[in-house]
Amino acid sequence: MTFASDSSAAGSGEMMSGLAAIDPYRFRKDFPILDQEVNGKPLVYLDNAATTQKPRAVIDAISNYYLLNNANVHRGVHTLSQRATDDYEAARESVKRFINAPDVDEVIYVRGTTEGLNLVASSYGRKYFKAGDEVVITGMEHHSNIVPWQILGKEIGIRLRVVPFSDSGELLLDEYENMLNDRTRMVSVVHQSNALGTVNPIPAMAELAHRKGIPVMVDAAQSVPHMPVDVQALGADFLTFSGHKLYGPTGIGALWGRSDLLNDMPPYQSGGEMIRSVTFEETIYNTLPHKFEAGTPDIAGAIGLGAAIEYLEAIGMDRIASYERALLRYGTDMLSEIEGVRLIGTAEDKGGVLSFYMEAAHPHDIGTILDAEGIAVRTGHHCAQPVMARYGIPATVRASLAFYNTTEDIDALVKAIDRVIEVFG
Amino acid sequence: MVSDLSDLYQEILLEHNRRPRNFRTLEDATHHADGFNPLCGDEISLQLKVGFDKVDDVAFQGHGCAISRASASLLTQAVKGATSDEAMAKFEEFHRMLTEPDAELDVDLLGDLEMLAGVIAYPTRIKCAILAWHTLKAAMDGEAVATTE
Repeated sequence: MTFASDSSAAGSGEMMSGLAAIDPYRFRKDFPILDQEVNGKPLVYLDNAATTQKPRAVIDAISNYYLLNNANVHRGVHTLSQRATDDYEAARESVKRFINAPDVDEVIYVRGTTEGLNLVASSYGRKYFKAGDEVVITGMEHHSNIVPWQILGKEIGIRLRVVPFSDSGELLLDEYENMLNDRTRMVSVVHQSNALGTVNPIPAMAELAHRKGIPVMVDAAQSVPHMPVDVQALGADFLTFSGHKLYGPTGIGALWGRSDLLNDMPPYQSGGEMIRSVTFEETIYNTLPHKFEAGTPDIAGAIGLGAAIEYLEAIGMDRIASYERALLRYGTDMLSEIEGVRLIGTAEDKGGVLSFYMEAAHPHDIGTILDAEGIAVRTGHHCAQPVMARYGIPATVRASLAFYNTTEDIDALVKAIDRVIEVFG
Repeated sequence: MVSDLSDLYQEILLEHNRRPRNFRTLEDATHHADGFNPLCGDEISLQLKVGFDKVDDVAFQGHGCAISRASASLLTQAVKGATSDEAMAKFEEFHRMLTEPDAELDVDLLGDLEMLAGVIAYPTRIKCAILAWHTLKAAMDGEAVATTE
């Protein structure tokens, strides 16, 4: 990955790299929620892999939609409906641009990554999979990229193949290559692991799959918010992400898919919006993307998502990635120095996730002590129980970074871990 | 709610976490149940030996946070030798202690269980403290599994 070019409006000339790429204090002002005390301490929000905070631009876009433009989309001839439709479709254009999709009609609004994965498993899977077929996933998938395939497995009789990973959290690509065969119907893989931070080599994996004519689905929930993601450069056939991890609202996300694949897939849900004409004898489905968007959509959510993307584009995803990687290095160095802290997930190509385990204290107890210090982290299995099982631990503490986090946040985390050691010895 | 951490992690509670009582398996258990907290992955397996309506012996295994482990340890001490009615009365009082602020508690009935009173200030941790007790109730009612959900 290169961070050489700076496409942002905020910067000019040569882009600074590392911690100098971003002045987090400047951007923190855009996030009103960050300016508060929790349990008498300044809030240190390090749970960004669970959900990110929302800049005022996003909150205002949603608020303005309800204050000024609320109407149903693609329905009315009246002015408000036109405004709502324009804003809703402009947001789709923003998604297209943000992930470099070839065609805006390939961008389908969904509730989030989970629905994107379920849509493809259900629609594509039910149409094309037969008993004995195989779907390849990895050992570091979120439950949402395991369970939809398992349900299909029970229904149709497909077999799930799981690519193992090393102690550092890197996929064993030789094993992956050996798993691909003439029964493989889909490779569905997480781009950046939510529990480990590992960034998987999607282009190389996609190339191997495509050689055998196998489509590749990418769970990009944790990558799209933290690095430039280009569906064409990745070689993905489907890619999905959530708005709320991208500094946008909950309840909205996007699925991108190649139009030739989407066109041949049956609808996922049915009702209004997704049809062109209905008689009691027959229904003709609408074209993409509406075929997959039954019912009144989350209009405010889509507009909020569009606002989040515009906000991020103004900063530049390459700058964000450069800064967060540097902050991750800082955090890794700091945590590595604490005796009794074991980092889980140390892949070379890794996003801003500091997952750790301490023999002395259970993650839940650590989470409570950190909370008392105003620090928000996630504790638990991160909906990735197979990952926990792989390391023989029940849970981890996960501090996950965003570009509004600072080295001071990391220092506060380290100090709070010292407090854990004080209490638990 | 802001509360001093030392109210939650009292030294004696931490000691129960480090060296839980009755952390073993029973050869001749008459009742058994497994408890799960799906949220955090805590698991506890509780065994009872009940004779003539009295808990003659009780033991537990499993893994979890300090609160759930200490609570299970304290539970085994609290119910050993108790009738099932007495054990359930303790559960009820323990539940009141964790869920009703300002409740007038029967501290004699609670005994050492009172050291978990600080958990009430940490709503997300109440399930940790109560898991063992739900498991006890499941075992006594002849159910195999208890969850905190």
